[in-house]
Amino acid sequence: MTDSTTVLWGQTIVYTAYVVAILIVMGVFAYNITRDGESSNVKDKYFYTFAGFLILLGMSIHVVTYNTIPWTPTDVHRGDITADKEFAITVADHEFNLPSEQLAIDCGDMVLFDVTSEDLTYGFGLFRQDNSMMFQMQVVPGNANDLLWEFHRNGVYNIRSTEYSGPDGYQMIVKNAVQVSGCDVTASDGGVE
Amino acid sequence: MTFKDTLIDGNQGAFDHKTMTPMQKLTLRFVIIGVVFYAFAAIEGMIMRIYQVDPVPFIQEGSIPLAGVDQYFGILTAHPLVGIFGSTYLLVFGAFLFLVPYLMKKPLWSFKLANLTLWFITGGTFLFWADGFISHYAPLYTLYWPLPADFDQFHPLSGAIFITGIALVMVGTAFFVVNVFKTIAYTPEGFPKQPSKELMKSALGLTGFKNLWKERKKQKEHLVPLPVAAIARGTVDTALNAVIILGTGVLILVYMVFELFGNSLKTTTIDALLYKNWFWWGLDLIADGLVLIFVAGTWYLMANLITGKKVYMQNIARAALLVELVVSWTVWSHHLLSDQSQPAILKIVSGEMVTAFELITQGLAFFITLATLWSARPLKMTNELKFLLGGLLGFALAVPAGILQADIGLNRVLHNTQWVIGPHVHVAILVGLTMTLYSAIYYLLPVLTNGAKLYSQKVANFHFWAHLIGGIGMGAFMGMAGLQGMLRRTIYFEGEYFIYMVLAAISGALLLAALAAFLYNIVMTVGLKGALGIFQRSEGDVKELLPVE
Repeated sequence: MTDSTTVLWGQTIVYTAYVVAILIVMGVFAYNITRDGESSNVKDKYFYTFAGFLILLGMSIHVVTYNTIPWTPTDVHRGDITADKEFAITVADHEFNLPSEQLAIDCGDMVLFDVTSEDLTYGFGLFRQDNSMMFQMQVVPGNANDLLWEFHRNGVYNIRSTEYSGPDGYQMIVKNAVQVSGCDVTASDGGVE
Repeated sequence: MTFKDTLIDGNQGAFDHKTMTPMQKLTLRFVIIGVVFYAFAAIEGMIMRIYQVDPVPFIQEGSIPLAGVDQYFGILTAHPLVGIFGSTYLLVFGAFLFLVPYLMKKPLWSFKLANLTLWFITGGTFLFWADGFISHYAPLYTLYWPLPADFDQFHPLSGAIFITGIALVMVGTAFFVVNVFKTIAYTPEGFPKQPSKELMKSALGLTGFKNLWKERKKQKEHLVPLPVAAIARGTVDTALNAVIILGTGVLILVYMVFELFGNSLKTTTIDALLYKNWFWWGLDLIADGLVLIFVAGTWYLMANLITGKKVYMQNIARAALLVELVVSWTVWSHHLLSDQSQPAILKIVSGEMVTAFELITQGLAFFITLATLWSARPLKMTNELKFLLGGLLGFALAVPAGILQADIGLNRVLHNTQWVIGPHVHVAILVGLTMTLYSAIYYLLPVLTNGAKLYSQKVANFHFWAHLIGGIGMGAFMGMAGLQGMLRRTIYFEGEYFIYMVLAAISGALLLAALAAFLYNIVMTVGLKGALGIFQRSEGDVKELLPVE
């Protein structure tokens, strides 16, 4: 099962390749523009081809991610999916209040995190032991903040607020707050076996 | 000339501020104060970079004065606002208040109003910066409700002063908006009657839009040059943004005033998500509206000035500017992809699909500018050309980075990480926007100073490379940390991202060195006497842009 580490590796490779390509393009352009040669207008067909490419790229990015990132369809259709387990979490005065000291999750469970803020806007993120992010959402007071997530790797995870809520809230971290067990695979980065 | 003579009188004594028109002086005042505020933001940024490398010495009480956690978040709040309003707004408004009359071949509508724009924005920026520095009012620029009215963390008076500073900036902005549109449409004394309505239609893109449905022979000609059309359309977003920010400021101010008089208003009266939509709609008119439109307009202008040729595919360029304006009104939801109560339809249509149009509109502006330059080869690699290419590269890097995070799936692991603020925001602003502005500054320097000669080309070259490498490097290392889970808007105490932050700090230092080189070069060009002379009253006619030969 694809997790956020895999997705972010994919993004890193694609974006890095793009950065290298655009640096080369600009370098070659800057070099050639100062060289002697006949000045000529760029043919219209190149412009329209480029415009078509941009339209295709802009429209296809989200189709590709919808079909390759497993949590996207889950998120969009979460109202129609029944969770295996639900955790109701409240946040107030810059503290997370969990239903138990550690949230235990079985492998393959579809888990609903229902987080309510009683005062400010916060964030709710799950992080591996090496601080890499599993997922996050905003926690807006007076509104529903629910996230459905399917777990496929063993590990102990930290909860951290991913939104600034004033200088009093910069250390909103609950260490080892979530434990996933029963999988054949352990969280690739820093998950505790 | 000795070093001392050059420092005092400028390079070869070529700059004499007494020959300048009031409009030249006013424009340079905008530029100088804008660059000073850029230095504020750059130094603050460097402080935060050092903080991110090792925050421990800062938080141990008494070890470093004025550097606790509250100070850090105070800086974090002021830094982007000083950068955008104090620096970018002043640089852009100053340049456009000169360029619109220059390109329209008539005087600025109101010199007084332009002066008021300068001093309202300068005063307002200094007020909120000083308030943040002293009182540590720190709700960040996003002002997520009800944080700006959280009086357990912030004193209402400090908040009220901060918001008043922002409001002054917005009033100055409103003066700019009025001046730009009036200048486009009015008939100056002694000029033949000008078609106000038709000029405005052309500036806003209505003429071009109607032309799309007409045969070529029946199409109306564009009455305003392409860069003026870009300025006008960006100014529409500037106006709407000022209304939203001013409105939000008044709302927050009401809570503060009531609190100061001992009556606490309920923050739950305002729906936090609705507020977030309203505020991001307005705020995004800067990031995804006026910045992109003004930048595209400046690219076209610079390409035209550098090559002396018409902009390639001019009609498409105009249409793309109009599309960008409409797009800028409908993309705000990409900032709310992680807000689970935000309707899915808004996330998909506004957040993903409409946002993808920015790849198209900005991509076309990129291509059109390069094609215009290509048509005039061989070109000399002047400072304005190399900085223009740097600016183009900056947006070529930053826009796709933004498109990636404006995706429901990727946003789940990118939102509020250093990825957002590094490869997207800082590369867009520091490399894309700032290098474009530097291109305009290098071009306008001899025009505005009546022929002052740049002190050192070697220093200008250093300025270029240090800024380019520093800007891209900082964004890249922040981005790498972001992909490893490093959040923005927080502090890490255990050296979790130490290597990335050291490399980002070195890149930041390079940016600061670039700024120092630029300032040194400019001071040595115009001399201290000349620099001070710019702030002395000019006896010339305020209606003259350049001295009469």
